[in-house]
Amino acid sequence: MRVPLKWLGELVDLTAGSSPSDVMDELVKIGLEEEGSHGGDISGPVVVGQVLSFEDEAQSNGKTIRWCQVQVAQSGDESVRGIVCGASNFAIGDKVVVSLPGAVLPGGFEIAARKTYGHVSDGMIASSKELGLGDETAGILILSEIGLDPEIGLDAIVLLGLDDSAAEVNVTPDRGYCLSMRGIAREYSHATGSKFTDPISRIELFSGSGFELNVSDAAPIHGLDGCSQFVLLGISGIDAKAKVPDWMVTRLKLAGMRSISIVVDITNYVMLELGQPLHAYDQAKLTGGISVRRANPGEQIQTLDEKTRKLDIEDLLICDEQGPVGIAGVMGGARTEVDTETTAVFIEAAIFDPISIARSARRHKLPSEASKRFERGVDSEISVAAASRAAELLIALAGGSLDGLGAEYATDTPETSIDMDLAYPAELVGVDYSAEQVISTLVEIGCKVEQKGSFVRVIAPSWRPDITHKTDLVEEVARLVGYDAIPARLPVAPPGRGLTARQKLRRRVLSTLTGAGFVEVLNYPFVSADQNALMGRPDGVKLANPIQSEASFMRTSLIPGLLAAAARNISRASVDIALIEEGSVFWKSEGVRVSELPIGNERPSEQLLSSLNDSIPEQPRFISGVVAGNWAPQGPGQKAIPAGFSQAIGAAELVFQQAGLELEISQQEVAGLHPGRGAKLFAEGVEVGIVGELHPDVAEGHNLPRRVGVFEINLDALFAQAPLILSAKDLGLMPAASQDLSLVVDHAVTAAEIRAAIVEGAGQLLESVELVDDYRGKGLEQNQKSLTFALLFRAPDRTLTQVEASAARDSAVALANQKFGATLRG
Amino acid sequence: MKLSPEVVAEALQKSLALLAGITDAAGLRADKASIIGEASPVSKLNALIKTVPNEEKAEAGKLVGGARSELNQAFAAKEAEFEAIERSEVLAGEAVDLTAAPKSLRLGARHPLSLLMDQVSDVFVGMGWEIADGPELENEWFNFDALNFHPDHPARAMQDTFFVEPVEDHLLLRTHTSPVQVRSLLERELPVYVLCPGRVFRTDELDATHTPVFHQVEGLAIDKGLTMADLRGTLEHFARVMFGEEAKIRLRPSFFPFTEPSAELDVWHPDAKGGPQWIEWGGCGMVNPNVLLAAGIDPEVYSGFAFGMGIERTLMFRNGVKDMHDMVEADVRFSKQFGSVI
Repeated sequence: MRVPLKWLGELVDLTAGSSPSDVMDELVKIGLEEEGSHGGDISGPVVVGQVLSFEDEAQSNGKTIRWCQVQVAQSGDESVRGIVCGASNFAIGDKVVVSLPGAVLPGGFEIAARKTYGHVSDGMIASSKELGLGDETAGILILSEIGLDPEIGLDAIVLLGLDDSAAEVNVTPDRGYCLSMRGIAREYSHATGSKFTDPISRIELFSGSGFELNVSDAAPIHGLDGCSQFVLLGISGIDAKAKVPDWMVTRLKLAGMRSISIVVDITNYVMLELGQPLHAYDQAKLTGGISVRRANPGEQIQTLDEKTRKLDIEDLLICDEQGPVGIAGVMGGARTEVDTETTAVFIEAAIFDPISIARSARRHKLPSEASKRFERGVDSEISVAAASRAAELLIALAGGSLDGLGAEYATDTPETSIDMDLAYPAELVGVDYSAEQVISTLVEIGCKVEQKGSFVRVIAPSWRPDITHKTDLVEEVARLVGYDAIPARLPVAPPGRGLTARQKLRRRVLSTLTGAGFVEVLNYPFVSADQNALMGRPDGVKLANPIQSEASFMRTSLIPGLLAAAARNISRASVDIALIEEGSVFWKSEGVRVSELPIGNERPSEQLLSSLNDSIPEQPRFISGVVAGNWAPQGPGQKAIPAGFSQAIGAAELVFQQAGLELEISQQEVAGLHPGRGAKLFAEGVEVGIVGELHPDVAEGHNLPRRVGVFEINLDALFAQAPLILSAKDLGLMPAASQDLSLVVDHAVTAAEIRAAIVEGAGQLLESVELVDDYRGKGLEQNQKSLTFALLFRAPDRTLTQVEASAARDSAVALANQKFGATLRG
Repeated sequence: MKLSPEVVAEALQKSLALLAGITDAAGLRADKASIIGEASPVSKLNALIKTVPNEEKAEAGKLVGGARSELNQAFAAKEAEFEAIERSEVLAGEAVDLTAAPKSLRLGARHPLSLLMDQVSDVFVGMGWEIADGPELENEWFNFDALNFHPDHPARAMQDTFFVEPVEDHLLLRTHTSPVQVRSLLERELPVYVLCPGRVFRTDELDATHTPVFHQVEGLAIDKGLTMADLRGTLEHFARVMFGEEAKIRLRPSFFPFTEPSAELDVWHPDAKGGPQWIEWGGCGMVNPNVLLAAGIDPEVYSGFAFGMGIERTLMFRNGVKDMHDMVEADVRFSKQFGSVI
């Protein structure tokens, strides 16, 4: 909402010399948000000029400039100036605004006579934007286009009201009344204590009758009638071509609206002044009476913007006998539009259901000044006054007179009262408001207040439909007394349990992996169907309104996002990649569907609550990583260590360790991975993830190097297996015996399988077993490999003899032989 | 020759002179036998002891033994001297340029947003609050209805909120972390003091100051007798931990469906770029009775406050990040400049 200060000053005592920022400072205190200021930073000479002639001159830089002769004074030596202009949207005879040397335009832009394009330009022809009047940049401001035909040489600063300025504030959706000068003036009065005169009180009320009006609603939304009030007031004998007075043009302009015609401008002016949207119909174009009703199936209307719109049966319409003449509260129809030949009009002032208007405005993508106000709630007691105010202006400015025609419709809206304990504001805000303070504040904002012992019965003013509950009254007391009065007190929470074990696991995993050299990233969860298919889970949750249609699914794995991130880093010359991400993935489930949501202000039944919960797809949190390039770079005396599956496995092991679990790895084909270099990860026998080398085709497809190590672990599934408390084992202190063991097996047998057989076969004396070599080649058959393990044996109670250790080793060999045909390497 | 102090001294001096003439460890090894061996002048004196009368033997033995001991000590000292030289030569040969050491460990880094959320969480855990989590893909009821958003509230239109297909199923990407508040109230025992950090989604295009995926922290306290003063006290404490002891907060009246009274929250940032100033930080207010009712809590008995702020925005003005792209593009250089400190 833009607030021209001179206009504001007519409704409330404005502190002399107030600037827009002074006014905003006051309004911010009571809940309006500062947006910016407009106008006021301009000084002359800035005058009205008329273009007498011009020549288009092509320049070497490809531009064409106009060398213009502009008359800027009625007479005198310098009444005609030569001015260079870059715009071409004007014609000879047009009246324009000329900034003469010495003028300063908004932004501190000083005008001087200067040499340019081979001429001395003795001033500048200004655009709206240069004058601080708006953002229109397409060419210079032509005064006739905003309805002005002033005399040459006139001070354009005064003419355009550029000596006035406006504060712009943002109005929160609960305060529809602040979308009017009346509301802003009232708030300014609340903030400063200065005297406010309700402009409604100055209006002489008119009425008309005898025009047929039918209001009905066959399909109310949420049981509320679409139209609760409707006023029509007829004015005849107007001159629709009458000039709009300059003060109104400039005020509208400063408030952000364009001047169109006397009738339209007056309806807009009154809407800005009082907050009541108005519409004008050409009486001659109406056939029969007016009816207000919902649209019929298949009905259409051509709106003022000359678009034909298909109507929905939920749209509320204003109709005459021929059909729709407007979508209520949103936009009027073209058929009954006021034009230059119009001599008699009806002014409509109505109250429509906010929800009905909001839905129509959204449905037709027509957020208008009117719909914005209806959606937020319009004062239910000013329809007649607003129509009368428009009539008063039409009579004064367009020569019309009341023709006695009109209609009025109003439903009874019972006044609802709110009971509030007088101590309640203090209890909720923590400021010791006195009963007198509470009552006087509520009276000040326009409430009717009746004290009944320790509580008050309050009826909110007609312009405050947002006040429905006693907490709304508390906010009024708090904001008028001021939020700065609220003291600070630190509440003491009951003893907390700290982070949960699950939350701690996330933190340990992230700090361990980043401590080991990985960089944490946070990727968007939006992916394509192909990306989801990559890791074998194509059935993702699909968004109805994605930002990019090629990324319309929710990720089912973190790896596609990490691959894209890796490629992006490589393209930016960070080629040695070690990335991790911790985050949610989204698994489509054909679970419960809840088509009707429960209402908001009561606790749903336990059954309904669990249905609501079950309707949500499973979304476990994963920890995943990719490595590529070099893990350790080449350096003096060190060869580069290439990154690959080995670091991925190491990272997975760190994750398991942080959960207090031992990594179990089982080599098998895994979607997205190299067919011979993939494995699944298990915790206590439960599958929780994958590890290995990315399929080289996938790597190539992502512009990544051929060898990319990846891991992905379902942290939630891992945590489900994690012990809460680990038990200590006895540390053997007796001397240990070590033995090496080389077993020859088929290629297809994995080290993990042999290792498991050794652990099982060797029995209790075996303390540890480490794979130290995997040999293939000379001395072995083509399909054979020799795995060498270092075994460490220890007994808890005695020094182990080599004989005992050898016996344990032999039984390990025996079991490996029995299970996998492993033989001792000779 | 008769054993006399002079003879002993002469033998000792002869050997010491030889020892003194040796300049390296090799020479010392070569002459070891002739200096302290059986053939050395001092050792040869042993033979003369036999010629001494019995009553003088003890004295003679002492004389020769003394000389021998002195010589041995001198030899050992010389040996130690050469060993020390040798060892220092070895070490000198082993010198390397540590500033040219190869890198075998990598330096990783946390993402600053994730670190900042942890840091905020720690502030509240320190006050006894607990950290609550919830799903990012939510049922519309938790995201809107339970938070006093009317079914026709503009935020529920497709222009702001990501909905899941089919839209009749009422599933969406949460637009704020507030559904976690509702879940906390439904699931936890009163009183409740929780902080909900997490990811949220709105259909904004990515630019320097907007991103469709961002992060919030939201606090909720429900107890008997809580007032806006408790809200202010909590926020002031929080602001001081985050921005220094000079920080303070300011509340301005505002509107949110889930709080009444509601306020915008500004923080006085003493170290802001361009000098100390008020910066818009978040929103807050007293929890709307309708929200308590949605969780089955009697608003006549319990009251409470809620507040929320954007992590991206906080990182921008607290740590001087200028462009949202840096936070979402996963460029390792962005995270690495912070490492694990934020």
